[in-house]
Amino acid sequence: MAVHQETGGHLTAVQSPEDAEGQARFDAIIAEDSRIEPRDWMPEAYRKSLTRQMSQHAHSEIIGMQPEANWITRAPSLKRKSILIAKVQDEAGHGLYLYSATETLGTDRDTLNDQLLAGRAKYSSIFNYPARTWADMGAIGWLVDGAAIANQVPLCRASYGPYGRAMVRICKEESFHQRQGFEILLELANGTEAQRKMAQDAINRFYAPALMMFGPSDNDSPNSKQSMAWNVKRFSNDDLRQRFVGMIAEQVKVLGLTLPDPELRYDEETGQWIHMELDWDEFNRVIKGGGPCNAQRMARRREAHEEGAWVREAAAAYARKQQEQKEQVA
Amino acid sequence: MTMSTPQDAQHNASSAGWPLWEVFVRSSRGLSHVHAGSLHAPDAEMAVRNARDLYTRRNEGVSLWVVRSTDIMTSDPEAKDAMFESPKGKDYRHATYYTKSEGVKHL
Repeated sequence: MAVHQETGGHLTAVQSPEDAEGQARFDAIIAEDSRIEPRDWMPEAYRKSLTRQMSQHAHSEIIGMQPEANWITRAPSLKRKSILIAKVQDEAGHGLYLYSATETLGTDRDTLNDQLLAGRAKYSSIFNYPARTWADMGAIGWLVDGAAIANQVPLCRASYGPYGRAMVRICKEESFHQRQGFEILLELANGTEAQRKMAQDAINRFYAPALMMFGPSDNDSPNSKQSMAWNVKRFSNDDLRQRFVGMIAEQVKVLGLTLPDPELRYDEETGQWIHMELDWDEFNRVIKGGGPCNAQRMARRREAHEEGAWVREAAAAYARKQQEQKEQVA
Repeated sequence: MTMSTPQDAQHNASSAGWPLWEVFVRSSRGLSHVHAGSLHAPDAEMAVRNARDLYTRRNEGVSLWVVRSTDIMTSDPEAKDAMFESPKGKDYRHATYYTKSEGVKHL
């Protein structure tokens, strides 16, 4: 494996016969839309690109616990509190499925974790926005988890086996996340005038950031083409985004609320949903650390890691002691 | 033919962190344990506890197995063809090979 990392992938490097053979087998597997498994030969660029994508995805799940965990103690009822705890626990689980899958590419958990804690890894920009009101729990579930699902369903068929399998599990669990969010908004929308306003305000704030979750426009997404050629990505960012807009444009009617988008319409000719231009300067600023909550999210993650150190050390010490006792008896 | 531990397990054996465990879940009585995924844990007991939290949050199972990834031996993917070629061309091992009896009931 380490050999692959040193020799594979570079276009200028002369391929060894083993690499040429591996490349041919890899190309054939991709061509017949089959799956690549951890011990298969794979181009170094494929390994690197997937490691980046999957670890960013894992980090997003882990950081994504924060805006919602923030509301657990203030949930309006025991039922809502239980639901929110279950959802946040799911996000932790999703992060762990994805870290495990990423590790099969040869980067271990500690390294991935260090990358996040050191601020060298990216995560979804959406989690750098604050969750100000209870209605935000609704908007996050409906719009943020909704956008995540739209993105993730095609990833269930990603060419890298462990990634696809992790996504299948995640997608199954995500649908409850979106529904509980929609239900929160529906209840608020049918509540008092103040509750209705709060729901609309949450939608207004999360609409554009949720649409940005699909990533830059196709023209500005240099990695998309290669990712699609490798059968990792199945649809372009813009295509997934307009499809999602079409879904929520219908769903918002059930809420009796509106999407903050004066340009929103269905174009009969192209069969595409048209939405407003998104503020990509803002997107880039938030990704690079300039969002409202970047510093807070990272500080909280580091704090949680440090505060958990004694638990990890105690568990390791206990395991070591048990092992020693077993060896003495033997 | 070379046998070896999975790539990820080899890697993690040298990692400073907790070892990697593979998790198998029996979804209900009468069914086999099926591989669900992996996780890190300091020992077997913690691995079972973590597996419960990670892989059975929705009644996915009635029984769990965990095994150290480094203890799993796998066939060599490079030698896949040599390893699995012998059944090829032996269609007579399948019932569908025998077509003359088509139409004969209960056969």
